[in-house]
Amino acid sequence: MNAIVTVIGKDKVGIIAAVCIKLAEMNVNVLDISQTILDGKFTMVMAVDAANANVGFEELAAQLRELGEGMELSIRIQREEIFDAMHRI
Amino acid sequence: MLNQKEILSTIAMIDQQHLDIRTITMGISLLSCCDPDAKKACDKIYEKITRYAEKLVKTGEDIQHEFGIPIVNKRISVTPMALVAGASETEDYVPFAMALDRAAKTCGVNFIGGYSALVQKGMTLADEKLIRSIPEALDRTELVCSSINVGSTRAGINMDAVKLMGRVIKDTAARTADRDGLGCAKLVVFCNAVEDNPFMAGAFHGVGEAERVINVGVSGPGVVYHALQSVKGQPLDVVAETVKKTAFQVTRMGQLVAKEASSRLDTPFGIVDLSLAPTPAIGDSVARILEEMGLEVCGTHGTTAALALLNDAVKKGGVMASSSVGGLSGAFIPVSEDEGMIAAAKAGTLCVDKLEAMTCVCSVGLDMIAVPGDTPAETISAIIADEAAIGMVNNKTTAVRLLPTPGKNVGDTVEMGGLLGSAPVMPVHKESSADFIQRGGRIPAPLHSLRN
Repeated sequence: MNAIVTVIGKDKVGIIAAVCIKLAEMNVNVLDISQTILDGKFTMVMAVDAANANVGFEELAAQLRELGEGMELSIRIQREEIFDAMHRI
Repeated sequence: MLNQKEILSTIAMIDQQHLDIRTITMGISLLSCCDPDAKKACDKIYEKITRYAEKLVKTGEDIQHEFGIPIVNKRISVTPMALVAGASETEDYVPFAMALDRAAKTCGVNFIGGYSALVQKGMTLADEKLIRSIPEALDRTELVCSSINVGSTRAGINMDAVKLMGRVIKDTAARTADRDGLGCAKLVVFCNAVEDNPFMAGAFHGVGEAERVINVGVSGPGVVYHALQSVKGQPLDVVAETVKKTAFQVTRMGQLVAKEASSRLDTPFGIVDLSLAPTPAIGDSVARILEEMGLEVCGTHGTTAALALLNDAVKKGGVMASSSVGGLSGAFIPVSEDEGMIAAAKAGTLCVDKLEAMTCVCSVGLDMIAVPGDTPAETISAIIADEAAIGMVNNKTTAVRLLPTPGKNVGDTVEMGGLLGSAPVMPVHKESSADFIQRGGRIPAPLHSLRN
């Protein structure tokens, strides 16, 4: 199952590393990353494959949210279909 | 591949613009629960609802987590109860409402709708018993919503029912006076009621519907408001285009959620109701959209035109985004649930007469309007008659949900809490309509030629 991880917040050293380590722990494969600074905020969008994750989707989302809270970042994971539905006919 | 801008725009809609799925509503037919023994009928009703809707709330929550889109309400609508209770040999229909309430609580849903009767042409004994039981039923239950259809374009308006409903609304307010007349927030009077509406308080599962069905109501005034900020000062056709595009996106999301819920619950997908349903939250208001179009305060001259544009553009944008559109589909204008409407009513710019005019061009009708507690029942009936006439003549659904809260007067505010919000008490005309209402009878169905 493909999902989109978005990370938004204050830029600092090690954000990408921390998120990738957390995803690796949960056996989530990263397919694509794009990262930029938007309006002064660190903004990263990752496409991931969560089909073989070793935890359920809810737990996956909770762990990422928790990681974000510790780093003053908003981290969320959502299934890709919602973006497809809104932006593709 | 999706680009970053698209993904971030969706996130902003959810995070900052209050985009959400307002409700997933499961419609359940209760016709199989009819029984001459009222107690047995109530047991069957409880059993059937809890069996069919057992996983409704959990499924809604799962979808919310996986797609990251808030699903605010999970609800149930059932067959109009007068049709089911009519088979039982009993004078007291309140136990049927209590059975619905118990079932709703067991399932964990926010509301259950369908304590209803359809009396546009005439009342059966069961219809009348049900209508007379509404004040007690809404007093003794928490989650049950009631709706009565008193008119239609094909049948005309049943003025005996309209007369009765004025009294029932007053009695409901009196019986729930200790809760600011909350019972009236769960009671709506329709003309041309629709059978697949997922929104409360008017949801019921029509007899033309399947055994069970999933209907989804989307929301999104905040998203439309935000989109219009990017076209300031431009011609109104640009405004309409912008609303259409936004409504399309919002409805696509509703369609996705509806399909997903339908497949997970193994229940046929019914319709997506593409309504702009406001909440009391700042930035989630239909009134503010109208003001963004260039009106100083909602309710001033031009409001009806702006609302007509908005309502039509929402439908045009949404209709292509879903395989099946139904329900009430349009812009809602519930005063107490819309921060901008509350402000406009408090300022005195928005009055009941203007709201009535607005209901000619938008979804539903005079909704969640607090009126003085001493408003006579006949005046409430007359307001219902006016609104039903608009629906009947214009071939559209209209409704009345008034809050004549005991002890409250113009200048006071009725506090409902939560999504129901708070309503400033609005003045109504003092002159009597009593003799008109006392006549009773029927207003015949309108002619469909010679339209002027």
